[in-house]
Amino acid sequence: MNGVGTAADERSTVSQRSSVLEHHFRDLEQQRGASTLGMWIFLATEVMFFGVLFLGYTAYRVVYHESFAEGSHHLKLLLGSINTVVLLSSSLTMALAVHAAQLGRSKALVSFLLMTMLLGVAFLGIKALEYYYEYEERLVPGLNFAYSGSNAGHVELFFILYFFMTGLHAFHLTVGIGLVAVIAFLAWRGRYTAEYHTPVELTGLYWHFVDVIWVFLFPLLYLIDRYR
Amino acid sequence: MATTILAPREHYLNESYGIKSWLFTTDHKRIALLYLVSITTMFFVGGIFALLIRLELLTPPGDLVQAETYNKLFSMHGITMVWFFLIPSIPTVLGNFLIPMMIVAKDLAFPRLNLTSWYLFDLSALFLLWTILNGGVDTGWTFYTPYSSIFSNTNVMTAVLAILINGFSSILTGMNFIVTIHRMRAPGMTWFRLPLFVWTHYATSLILVLATPVLALTLTLVGIERVFRIGLFDPALGGDPLLFQHLFWFYSHPAVYIMILPAMGVVSELVTCFSRQEIYGYKFVAFASLGIAFYSFLVWGHHMFVAGQSAYAAMIFSFLSYFVAIPSAVKVFNWTATLYKGSVSYQTPMLYALGFIGLFVIGGLTGLFVAALGVDVHVTDTYFVIAHFHYIMVGGSVMGYLGGLHYWWPKISGRLYPEGWAKLSALIVFLGFNLTFFPQFILGYLGMPRRYYAYPEEFQVLNVLSSAGASILGVGYILPLVYLIWSMRYGRAAGPNPWPATGLEWQMPSPPPRDNFAITPVVTEPPYQYPRMKSQDGETITAEEQPA
Repeated sequence: MNGVGTAADERSTVSQRSSVLEHHFRDLEQQRGASTLGMWIFLATEVMFFGVLFLGYTAYRVVYHESFAEGSHHLKLLLGSINTVVLLSSSLTMALAVHAAQLGRSKALVSFLLMTMLLGVAFLGIKALEYYYEYEERLVPGLNFAYSGSNAGHVELFFILYFFMTGLHAFHLTVGIGLVAVIAFLAWRGRYTAEYHTPVELTGLYWHFVDVIWVFLFPLLYLIDRYR
Repeated sequence: MATTILAPREHYLNESYGIKSWLFTTDHKRIALLYLVSITTMFFVGGIFALLIRLELLTPPGDLVQAETYNKLFSMHGITMVWFFLIPSIPTVLGNFLIPMMIVAKDLAFPRLNLTSWYLFDLSALFLLWTILNGGVDTGWTFYTPYSSIFSNTNVMTAVLAILINGFSSILTGMNFIVTIHRMRAPGMTWFRLPLFVWTHYATSLILVLATPVLALTLTLVGIERVFRIGLFDPALGGDPLLFQHLFWFYSHPAVYIMILPAMGVVSELVTCFSRQEIYGYKFVAFASLGIAFYSFLVWGHHMFVAGQSAYAAMIFSFLSYFVAIPSAVKVFNWTATLYKGSVSYQTPMLYALGFIGLFVIGGLTGLFVAALGVDVHVTDTYFVIAHFHYIMVGGSVMGYLGGLHYWWPKISGRLYPEGWAKLSALIVFLGFNLTFFPQFILGYLGMPRRYYAYPEEFQVLNVLSSAGASILGVGYILPLVYLIWSMRYGRAAGPNPWPATGLEWQMPSPPPRDNFAITPVVTEPPYQYPRMKSQDGETITAEEQPA
């Protein structure tokens, strides 16, 4: 038979229980550990999710290198670069928000979260502007695509990947903005303290993940053979 | 067995009543039962298609159905069985029910997420049933492009959507298990004190979490190609259908191990309990699960030996595929060594466990046949392959599932099932299974291709044998459905530990209370510490004879 005894610390943890502790966890530390690990695993699934597109991109870029460079040169490098700066700045404000949460500074937390949201929305706005230009130039497969040249099919493949990858990224960013909005509202209501702010940290992890995806997307899509 | 009459005790089944108390439950045990209802339904849906396939193949010409209908039958049989029964079966029912108890937690780490994943599963099942009622899908369960993305006129979109939603349900379950096993273990429950059932579910969850997203996005690409005509796999643009096959099998080969690993976990529990022995080489068996999970990601190319990948790639995939045999063989040898000098008793769960070991060996060894390049070229797309993977999936996974269901049924329902009927049905399943699928090895080797509704007359004898076997197998599956439901009302009360087994889940009353353990115990011993009890004449006492 398995050896079984009574945990002496079972009752002592009861005093730590508060409104945020769910009944099936022993203590807040266990709850925080579970949530954080859950978020990391979720991000791992996201990596595999985007990984399909990165693999498809790599395979076709190796085979159709010239066409991918050709397609890439139609993208708006300036807008893309500005967007990269915008998104990296949003990660900075997000990191500052998490720091403020750890120190229990609610006001600073709310304002950093609002700045993060604002930068996120700015990114989406600039991205939409880019999409608009590409639509005007008839570069949107399935909707408005007319490309003359011997490699039209391969260039179309590039644009399929471009729109799918940046579109999926924009979708994730939109979800992120929604999450930050909820967190900001709850922070304004005074829900988070120096002791309990796990949701802020987890939203931060997600935000940085979306940012990191862009850090890979930008050079892969915009910077093919730009030095020529 | 000592039976004492107690006043009605509150447990997870009677703590609250009414449909709402089930539909809004976050109790892992109730969710397990909800899953049991869902997957059992889907199992019989998939079974009906199998029945129709075997009926059509009773005679050489296409008489019951024609080619188009036959294509839909095998496609929907595969889709239903793979995603709606085999993949969720053991993890969502037995895993959900048992993992928190085995590690002494009150629940999984994320109870609401657990319920969400059941709802997602049901939503996906509804999409599939909608697909079926609308006339089905004919792409095969593999959805190969460009047929699925451009040419097929059947309900590819709703089928793809069903599998996509189903995938999210799987991912949530996998996440939940990993976090639970990492963070929710009781004091003293170290990694090497975990029951092997938990280890295999950990390995399974790793695959669920890492492989399923790949399928989700790949099928999304197929859907987009179909609806918007934006073809990433479209050869007209220079896209490569082989890319689809790579991505599909990158998920679907590991998915085979999603199906078999939990069954291996069940067998480890059964073999130790019914031979009254500690598992032979605990750490080897535990790490073999992780080894299988690791190698599962490196062998997908063996599904594409004749699809046009480079000869070098094929050689490497063939070579790597042989490696999976090592951890699989470790498990088989260790189970066998556990039986050695044990006090083996042949109750129903053990019959299934022994059946599993035998059939898994046949399925695994024929897996080496098809992993060998030269042999595979000969048997690709023949009934040899069909027989091989049914030995793994039906002979392996379903046997493990039924064994586990019988073993833990007293814990789940608080009642004993009728042992005589159960032994009989285990025997029927074993005989019916072999009669169904062994002839298919021969058919395949003789060259009968898979996915055809008609065949030359010289194959008829073997096909009739196979169809006869299938009908016997069907009886073997319906019997447990009947007597398990019967036992819920009329079965004898089981008591906390009817076998008796060492697992922590057997230390609590049957059925267990809502929060499993009233007080969190401290674990001080590894699992499977079976006492070597001797009777007065020196014989070792078996599980059957040992007093509870």
